Amino acid sequence: MTATIGHYCIVIAFFLALWGIIAPLLTYRTGREVFFSSTRAGILGQFILVTAASSSLIYALVTTDFSIKYVAFNTTRATPIYYRVTGLWGALEGSLLLWEWLLVIFSGLVSWVYRDRHRELMPWVLLIFSTVSAFFLAVLAFASNPFEILSPPPLDGRGLNPLLEDSNMITHPPLLYTGFVGLTVPYAFAMAALIIGRVDEAWIKTTRRWTIVAWFFLTMGNLVGAWWSYHVLGWGGYWAWDPVENAAFMPWLPATAFLHSIQVQERRRMLKIWNLSLIIIAFSLTLFGTFLTRSGILSSVHAFSSGPVGAFFLSFLAVVLLGSFGLLAYRAEHLRGQAEFDSMLSRESAFLLNNVALVSALFTIFLGTIFPLLSEAVTGVQVSVGAPYFNSVTVPLFLLLVFLMGVGPMIAWRRASWNNLKRNFLWPAAASMAVALSLFAWRIRDFLPLLGFMLSAFVVFTIFLDTVRAVRARRRLAGEGTAAALATLVRHNQRRYGGLVVHLGIVLIALGIAGSMSYSVERQATLGIGQSLAIGPYKIRFEGMRGLQQPTHFRVEAAFRILNGGSESKLYTPALKFFPNQQSPVGRAVFRSTLADDLYMILSGFSEVGRNQATLKALVRPLVAWMWIGGGVIVLGTILALWPFDVSATEQDEDRVA
Amino acid sequence: MWRRLLITLGVIAPLLWLLAFGFTRDPRYISSPLIGRQAPNFTLKLFNGEELTLDQVRGKVIFLNFWASWCIPCREEARDLEAAWRRLKDADVAFIGIDIQDKEDDAKAFLKEFNVSYPNGRDPGKIAIDYGVWGVPETFFIDARGRITYKHVGTPDTATVMAKLQEARRGLVSAAEGKGSYQPIK
Repeated sequence: MTATIGHYCIVIAFFLALWGIIAPLLTYRTGREVFFSSTRAGILGQFILVTAASSSLIYALVTTDFSIKYVAFNTTRATPIYYRVTGLWGALEGSLLLWEWLLVIFSGLVSWVYRDRHRELMPWVLLIFSTVSAFFLAVLAFASNPFEILSPPPLDGRGLNPLLEDSNMITHPPLLYTGFVGLTVPYAFAMAALIIGRVDEAWIKTTRRWTIVAWFFLTMGNLVGAWWSYHVLGWGGYWAWDPVENAAFMPWLPATAFLHSIQVQERRRMLKIWNLSLIIIAFSLTLFGTFLTRSGILSSVHAFSSGPVGAFFLSFLAVVLLGSFGLLAYRAEHLRGQAEFDSMLSRESAFLLNNVALVSALFTIFLGTIFPLLSEAVTGVQVSVGAPYFNSVTVPLFLLLVFLMGVGPMIAWRRASWNNLKRNFLWPAAASMAVALSLFAWRIRDFLPLLGFMLSAFVVFTIFLDTVRAVRARRRLAGEGTAAALATLVRHNQRRYGGLVVHLGIVLIALGIAGSMSYSVERQATLGIGQSLAIGPYKIRFEGMRGLQQPTHFRVEAAFRILNGGSESKLYTPALKFFPNQQSPVGRAVFRSTLADDLYMILSGFSEVGRNQATLKALVRPLVAWMWIGGGVIVLGTILALWPFDVSATEQDEDRVA
Repeated sequence: MWRRLLITLGVIAPLLWLLAFGFTRDPRYISSPLIGRQAPNFTLKLFNGEELTLDQVRGKVIFLNFWASWCIPCREEARDLEAAWRRLKDADVAFIGIDIQDKEDDAKAFLKEFNVSYPNGRDPGKIAIDYGVWGVPETFFIDARGRITYKHVGTPDTATVMAKLQEARRGLVSAAEGKGSYQPIK
């Protein structure tokens, strides 16, 4: 019953989506308003039907209706209720349904928010949304049906992969998907503007906030993924340049480039073709990511199920790429920029350089990701590309980006005068140089990390200097106190200060990456009781070991104490879990996190419990905690940029656009 | 405009072609480094109780087949292999079957069902590893000098079996592996 309701909702929604493609064309042909109204009704209908389908699947998961194959494969009777709900995105079919659900939520929102505005653009915007939605609904209806029946139903389900039973599993996929789907909004407006041939700045101003929201979710999705990898997978790392990770990261790069380069177009009416290309690429990469993950064409450590959907995604990717870039080429005559760069020393060129760095990083990562395929197609020999390639090529680009985060927001538009440069950068440059020298004197002697720390300090100093000056000026002019002056400043320049806070968050992440990439230490030793392993400033003493029978597995845990100088920590107990159905044990690493470093402990083996010997692998990873703090700062910055502090100002802004 | 459209197509089409090419291959698959090298020696305890070592049959062209009773493609090929063996057994060819990751009773039932008459035995565990087997069936062709001349992953058809045995007889080493229907080992 549930399965029938769900499946028919999807099939009917598919036909509504087809209508959503036809009706705008009829609106254009006949000029009759009724067709446009029916497009909007179609979007609302899709929203209701897909919500009903998703609710059916969640209901089936929660009530463990094992007559549905998807439920039987992704829950058990013992699964706690929240992991039953998250089973919605535990495997391919449900994830696609979640994606489609988010898509109709976004298209419904867009259709409602702009119900009285953009009368010329909207039919085409909704046509693009309906096209994307029709694609996903076709996949759900015909290729990867989440409501497939299993007959006879099994007594109990198979359940999620144990690694997925983690609280981050609740957040990571929906965050990432919201980011992916959110990029459909600027893409749809861009395409609509191209179709009607009105390629001024209107579509950019309209979609700016949507793009920031999508960017925010993309960032968080990637960060939470890294965090999950770090604390659950037990290998002490957060990023491995695996194809699936790259697939999630790649759309972030053009999206970030786009957020910066649209400011150049708003100010100077330049880079029109470039901006359109960036958003097409960003949107295509969200499809490419899913294609890569689900087609099984590249090998990945992430064991995702693949199915017949690969061919569907590739076909749709072909339609999107050829259609969008074809349209762009067709309209290119209208898109000539209206101004040229005045000087290399200007904010435009800083933003352009930022774009070049981001797109180069994208190209590098893309090439590395598909290189095994490329080399086999050309030479017949598989060559896989590992972390050293990605690190050595992207690190310099990312350092350049950190530097530009300091320069871009402060340098003048058009042409920076010597005074402007001196005023904004002299002190920060000197101070960051001093930071670098003192780090060098202390003990940091390697070039790249030293440069990384220096540039990070530079960004922080420029932001600090700029804010202090602005606050001072405000105090003098308006006679406000420091706190009040800062509050007014932020309220009146939300975009700017929100952006600066996000930059600070990125700097903290860069700090965490630089520290952990360059100064991690790893040691392994087999210890008897009372013996200890020295690593970095710490000693880890083995205190004992025990075996425990748990409901689902047998657990062997070893207890360690961290000694640092005279102080002794509490007990830490990394463990190995032996599941009856699995050949090798699943490790459970533990770590102690401080602002200076994380001490990560992995039990990699033991003799029989009676003999009391354990093999411990320990890692010291400096500054990792700052990555997660940086994530928190980005949340703050985004809220600062988007929160409607000043409603009247926001409305004026939107009205100007309309 | 046409020029721009052509450039767009020229960039996008090869990329799409490359991704489509990905469907034709299995990324986890790694070509065997053994082709052209000496076949690793082994001692196999046969189901009839005798022992067979590879060295005993040196000088003949060898058809070495890894299989398991739970493997569906192995069932598909079993009759053809037996037929090929009956046609060739008076020539200078030796067929050897090695059963891997299997239960002894199931394996014996399989051999009985298909009337397999060439020597077969169970892998004590090491032979499949020496030959880098990661699924069944896999077949190695070995020439009279003990070199592996060809490897076929999955079910080979009779024509391939005959042709590759002929090449092995002449000492020709194939450049690439062949592929047929296949099941990864557990």
